[in-house]
Amino acid sequence: MQAEVKQSDQEVKHAEHSEFVSFTVAGQAFCLKITQIREIRRWSPVTILPHAPADVLGVMNLRGAVIPIYDLSARFGLQQTEASERNVVIVVSVHGKPVGLLAESVSEIISINPDDIQDTPPVDSRNTMEYIQGIISHDDTMVRIINLDAVISAPEQVMP
Amino acid sequence: MSGSIQDTFFEECEELLEATDEGLTAIEGGDHDPEVVNAIFRAVHSIKGGAGAFGLDDLVAFAHRFETVFDEVRSNRLDLDEKLIQLLLRASDHLSALVEAARDGGQIDEAHHDTLLAALDEYIPEEEEDLTFEPMGLGGPAPMMDLGDLGAAPAVPQEETYRIRFQPLKEMYGTGNEPFFLFQALKDMGELTVQLDENELPGFDAMDMGESYLAWDLVLVTKEPRSVVEAVFEFVEGLCELSIAGDGDAEAEANALAALDAMFAAPPAAEAADGDTPAAPFEAPVPAPEPEAKPAAAEEKASAPKAESGKQEQRGGPKPTLRVELERVDRLINAVGELIINHSMLAQQIANLNVPDTRDVETELEGFKNLARDIQEGVMAIRAQPVKPLFQRMARIVREASAATGKTCKLVTEGENTEVDKTVIERLSDPLTHILRNAVDHGVENPDDREAAGKSKTGEIRLSASHRSGSVCIEIKDDGAGVNRPRVKQIAIEKGLIPENAELTDGEIDNLLFAPGFSTAKEISNLSGRGVGMDVVKNAVTGLGGRINISSAPGKGSTFTIILPLTLAVMDGMVVSVADQTMVVPITSIVETMRGSDDMINSLGADGTLLSIRGNFVPICDVAGALGLYRESDQQAGVYLLVETETGQRCALAVDDIHDQRQVVIKSLDGVCGEIPGVAAATILGDGKIAMILDPESIIAASPTAAAFDTERRMSNAS
Repeated sequence: MQAEVKQSDQEVKHAEHSEFVSFTVAGQAFCLKITQIREIRRWSPVTILPHAPADVLGVMNLRGAVIPIYDLSARFGLQQTEASERNVVIVVSVHGKPVGLLAESVSEIISINPDDIQDTPPVDSRNTMEYIQGIISHDDTMVRIINLDAVISAPEQVMP
Repeated sequence: MSGSIQDTFFEECEELLEATDEGLTAIEGGDHDPEVVNAIFRAVHSIKGGAGAFGLDDLVAFAHRFETVFDEVRSNRLDLDEKLIQLLLRASDHLSALVEAARDGGQIDEAHHDTLLAALDEYIPEEEEDLTFEPMGLGGPAPMMDLGDLGAAPAVPQEETYRIRFQPLKEMYGTGNEPFFLFQALKDMGELTVQLDENELPGFDAMDMGESYLAWDLVLVTKEPRSVVEAVFEFVEGLCELSIAGDGDAEAEANALAALDAMFAAPPAAEAADGDTPAAPFEAPVPAPEPEAKPAAAEEKASAPKAESGKQEQRGGPKPTLRVELERVDRLINAVGELIINHSMLAQQIANLNVPDTRDVETELEGFKNLARDIQEGVMAIRAQPVKPLFQRMARIVREASAATGKTCKLVTEGENTEVDKTVIERLSDPLTHILRNAVDHGVENPDDREAAGKSKTGEIRLSASHRSGSVCIEIKDDGAGVNRPRVKQIAIEKGLIPENAELTDGEIDNLLFAPGFSTAKEISNLSGRGVGMDVVKNAVTGLGGRINISSAPGKGSTFTIILPLTLAVMDGMVVSVADQTMVVPITSIVETMRGSDDMINSLGADGTLLSIRGNFVPICDVAGALGLYRESDQQAGVYLLVETETGQRCALAVDDIHDQRQVVIKSLDGVCGEIPGVAAATILGDGKIAMILDPESIIAASPTAAAFDTERRMSNAS
């Protein structure tokens, strides 16, 4: 009887773990929930959108669909990425639309217990507060969990 | 299920209302052909029948009055005078409103409804008041066939005897048709005798279960006309061997003969029946008709079913059509778009192969390209529809607007058969409605003012559509007072749209009408001026990739010109490179291309440059600059695309190089990013890369040189 309860307890605990994909942007470690990611592609030159803000690199062709590519680094206020073949584009689905995010490289898939997620400590930049959902310690490094909805939707309305 | 049947009914209503409108317009134009009157009668009757089946009582009641009046006209008891025609037109508009209300669950104007009913009643003789109608069956076209007896033919239909030989083919059973139900339908019409012919039935061993061996001989005595009897077999047409022999076949003569036969008490049908169907019990031989009245009545009946057998047969018999879900067509269009992209990718791959001789492959590839183009044009043609229904609806708008303002206006339409993409037509409805209401409300003067100005009392609004070099041109022209420029300018100043001391050309003042937040109506009238200005019209047209212009002459009227792309999916473009980016310029806007040399370029002021082309100076607009792009390489813009805008302004777009001219699939940037000045959409090129499709007009507007030059020139033209 007791053993059963214990087992189901474990199950619940196990189900609470969610998997995240970690990657680096401008030398910092970030991660996204694996369910938000549709695919990861090698970087190839994109088509520039005229009059676009600095963090919008342009558009690319994803199997016949035109999708915008954002430079995560520039978005987070870090230096602009010099995109090269070594970089990757993480295709995510935000607000029902596919969007590409440029990252330096993908690291690994990590399993996170929600209890281990710490709230973003207050920092000066309001943007950072909005864009980072929380932080987590993994292998002694700090991994930042991205709030995708805030990262993508907010600046899109500002665009001319 | 019932929902979809009802949808079909409303779809049919649309067509029937169009037919009604078309007919009434013809009558209004002086065409009093009885066939036109018949066509309207049939259309209204079908609406009534369908509405009855769905329990739409208001619609039924109104359609009934409408139809009854038409029946009076049809049987020459009423004269189609101007007053009646106007009433019928209004009634037809109201019928549309009722159908719309039934479909969308909206409200109708009760007072208007009652006024029209009363007005129609005046034309209806007393005894026609009873409300009888036959509910429309659910089977589609069949109900149109059963109208023969509803023409309120005064004579009592006579009984006739039909001998029917019915031998189903095996295919009929495959379609799920069941002879029993056919017989039952026949039995409902009168007296039916059924005789099974099983002569062909082989022995049990030799029997093929999938084969059909049985045949029936039927004898039907009924008052229904032949067409109704035939209609029963409509759904098994081609699936059986059918012969229907009636004693009233050659109606008129047969009836005359019947009179004689009756004297000899030997009805022809009975005589014939004796031949091979001995079982047919004939209790009711054809009643002897009154020799004088009947032949005429029968003749009318014989011709009636012919006329009733579907509106399709009138007027030279249109081609058979197919009703297809729009979504299927769109899927096909998308697939063709991919096919075209696929072709360019294939061509690119072959070029990259470095095979010494690719001539054979290229020939085949060229064939592939042509085929793809054929398919694409064919598919686009499916989506293309004539603007006629749209224009007919506009006639109604003008009538309503005239009635509301107390002005008299007539709408003259031209080029109704111009075909435009279905989406374009749908999205044009609102802007056109608005422009036309404006034309009646603000454009056309009051009848007295018109007379004073030496014009005819009736205002004329001309709505025309035509194809103009790859685009569709829709023009709305009124013969009213034209734009009241001093007043427009004053309002614009009052609303802070322009500074008080602004010096504007006439054209610029006219264009103020399109400015957001501009409305000239002194008070909010019923029609236009609901806070929605012409800027909404402009946005709707720009949203379709089109442009709108206004030109006006004081005292003579105004003209709105809407230019729209033919299709929204594919276009011909010139592939160019600008600042290391590949871009596409729509071919339709390019007048000519040239490679420029230094001596062709002339400076004007500090920044302005002009290109001299055969003695003409045209402002140069650097595309890279207008788009905010910077060249990394040293290459200079050395190729010029001479483009002409809708206003006739010419400008030379400077690009780095021209590569190719090809068909590109338009991919909207909606949802990808906001509106980008200078860019209309995007496309996917052969190498899989995305290229921006440029909008020359907005590039010119973004370029300071060209825009300034344009204003200067217009100023000098105006003075």
